[in-house]
Amino acid sequence: MALVFDRPKSLTDKKFHYCPGCHHGIIHRLAAEALDELNIQQKTVVIASVGCSVLAYDYFDTDAVQAAHGRAPAVATGVKRASPESVVFTYQGDGDLASIGMAEIVHAAARSENITVIFVNNAVYGMTGGQMAPTSLMGQQTSTSPQGRSAESNGYPIRVCELLATLDGPSYLARVSVHDPKHVREAKKAILKAFQMQIQHQGFSLVEVVSTCPTNWHLTPVEALEWLEKKMLKQYPLGVFKKIEGVE
Amino acid sequence: MSLVLKKGNEVVGEAAIRSGCRCYFGYPITPQSELPEYLARRLPQVGGVFVQAESEIAAINMVYGAASTGVRVMTSSSSPGISLKQEGISYIAASQLPCVIVNIMRGGPGLGGIQASQSDYFQATKGGGHGDYRLIVLAPSSVQEIADLVKEGFQLADTYRNPVMILGDGILGQMMEPVDLGSGDVGELPDKPWAARGKKGRRSRNVINSLYLDSEKLEQLNLSLQKKYRLIAERETRAETYLTEDAQIVVAAYGMTARICKEAVDMVRKKGIRAGLFRPITLWPYPEKELRLAAQHSQAVLTVEMSAGQMVEDVRLSLNGEVPVEFYGRLGSMVPSAGEVFEEIQRISKKIGEVK
Ligand SMILES: Cc1ncc(C[n+]2csc(CCOP(=O)(O)OP(=O)(O)O)c2C)c(N)n1
Ligand code: SF4
Repeated sequence: MALVFDRPKSLTDKKFHYCPGCHHGIIHRLAAEALDELNIQQKTVVIASVGCSVLAYDYFDTDAVQAAHGRAPAVATGVKRASPESVVFTYQGDGDLASIGMAEIVHAAARSENITVIFVNNAVYGMTGGQMAPTSLMGQQTSTSPQGRSAESNGYPIRVCELLATLDGPSYLARVSVHDPKHVREAKKAILKAFQMQIQHQGFSLVEVVSTCPTNWHLTPVEALEWLEKKMLKQYPLGVFKKIEGVE
Repeated sequence: MSLVLKKGNEVVGEAAIRSGCRCYFGYPITPQSELPEYLARRLPQVGGVFVQAESEIAAINMVYGAASTGVRVMTSSSSPGISLKQEGISYIAASQLPCVIVNIMRGGPGLGGIQASQSDYFQATKGGGHGDYRLIVLAPSSVQEIADLVKEGFQLADTYRNPVMILGDGILGQMMEPVDLGSGDVGELPDKPWAARGKKGRRSRNVINSLYLDSEKLEQLNLSLQKKYRLIAERETRAETYLTEDAQIVVAAYGMTARICKEAVDMVRKKGIRAGLFRPITLWPYPEKELRLAAQHSQAVLTVEMSAGQMVEDVRLSLNGEVPVEFYGRLGSMVPSAGEVFEEIQRISKKIGEVK
């Protein structure tokens, strides 16, 4: 019998610890498929960040470095500069990347570090129990914005792709989502493209994946998909925000 | 041997290159900026990497990343910048990565001043970041010793897979002295089979990590760290003594202050007071045995620091009440003069005389 579906080589056989309906698992799989298809597993170093995906170093069948909260782009810079032949990617949440690690991501992008970033935007701090993130939507209730995010006390959500697109450094910036099969396919293409940019020495590439956290949104997995589509995508429109010319 | 006249900060950079260091990540801060400036010129000439990071936090995390790949790597800063690096240093120590961190101390607390100080001793030797970890801390007191200790620092870091701190002060960094930098032939660098650069056909994965959610495993990590620290403490203490054999009063001081104290010792010797100098070169591990030996016939130990009294705690712990310990310090970047130390030794000498 022909095998039509299997675990990508670049994932270990360790079972994901993610909650039902969480998108981290799908996004891991897409990244691992990209490593397989580009045949770069053997030279890849993943930089795991602090957040629900901290154990990424257990899931990717590659070498790995676990970084302090927000510092993955700086750690990736160190790995890549010291070992330019390695393929280096960070896997970061929105608290990690857009709050505590905002300086590191902006400067890695501005320096056009030849690394790839997978950025999972689920509009909350998942791991610590659903506190407000810099990406939480206006009016969104979280454990630290119980009355809903308000402009007066919390200000406005940050659109990372749009912000980084003002810089000259990035080679590729795209926002995708994995809430249905069509979007999963598009997300996969974007992730492939981002890694290709690195392989072709084009500099910094980032894919933002708009993603669910049913547990901390206090929704069922199905409701979470609806909320993502209706609310999240309005604030975070999908698309390619930067792509340098001449690379296919 | 060929001597060149060079500034302390630049010698740190050149000695690092001659130790096989090819990666430097840093952020400008007085009084050590000559060091990154020097390396920005020199590292590209030898095919190395120089990155001016966006902050000290980013710099230390770049060091963590580069060290994860097994290369020799260095960062430097001065006091406020070293404070910012502490989380990263704790990660590096926990992950057992070798690197060299240079602190050219300036006066604190807060933004403090830009002149020399020794008020980061606690931070360097007792663990400025979180958790039970240790840095190997080396304290040069001349430009030549900077060159020697930077080289030794890289070796110790590799031998023990542990971060090493070079703890200097602003005067040492700014001072020019003749120095023999050696050939720069470091031979083959040690193999690092644990380095994370991609599996390259390896069956197991190399993972650089300090997360242990299982408390028993975290205890195991800590126990193995402690075992390593005990080994370092047994093997790697270094100190210099000067005229301590017959000394009634031993002056204990490190770095620049030790040079001032040496002068004071010579001054009181001319007055017939038998004083000597004990200069720890490793601040951690503290050369306890060496100090006890140096002070075994003495009646008092005078600790002199450019701080409110930090190393004096280790002096007291080492001597454990066997010899009375006195302290003299100047604060906020004020440098004690040889004359002041001379007065202190004389005062103590009189006191000892009265007791007899
Ligand atoms: C310096 C530091 N501050 C705070 C924390 C606690 N902390 C752990 S995970 C996390 C939030 C992660 O949220 P996010 O990046 O959005 O990832 P998610 O869990 O949602 O995937 C925080 C604040 C930490 N580990 N280190
Ligand atoms: S808490 Fe949220 S982000 Fe974390 S695993 Fe559960 S669903 Fe996913």
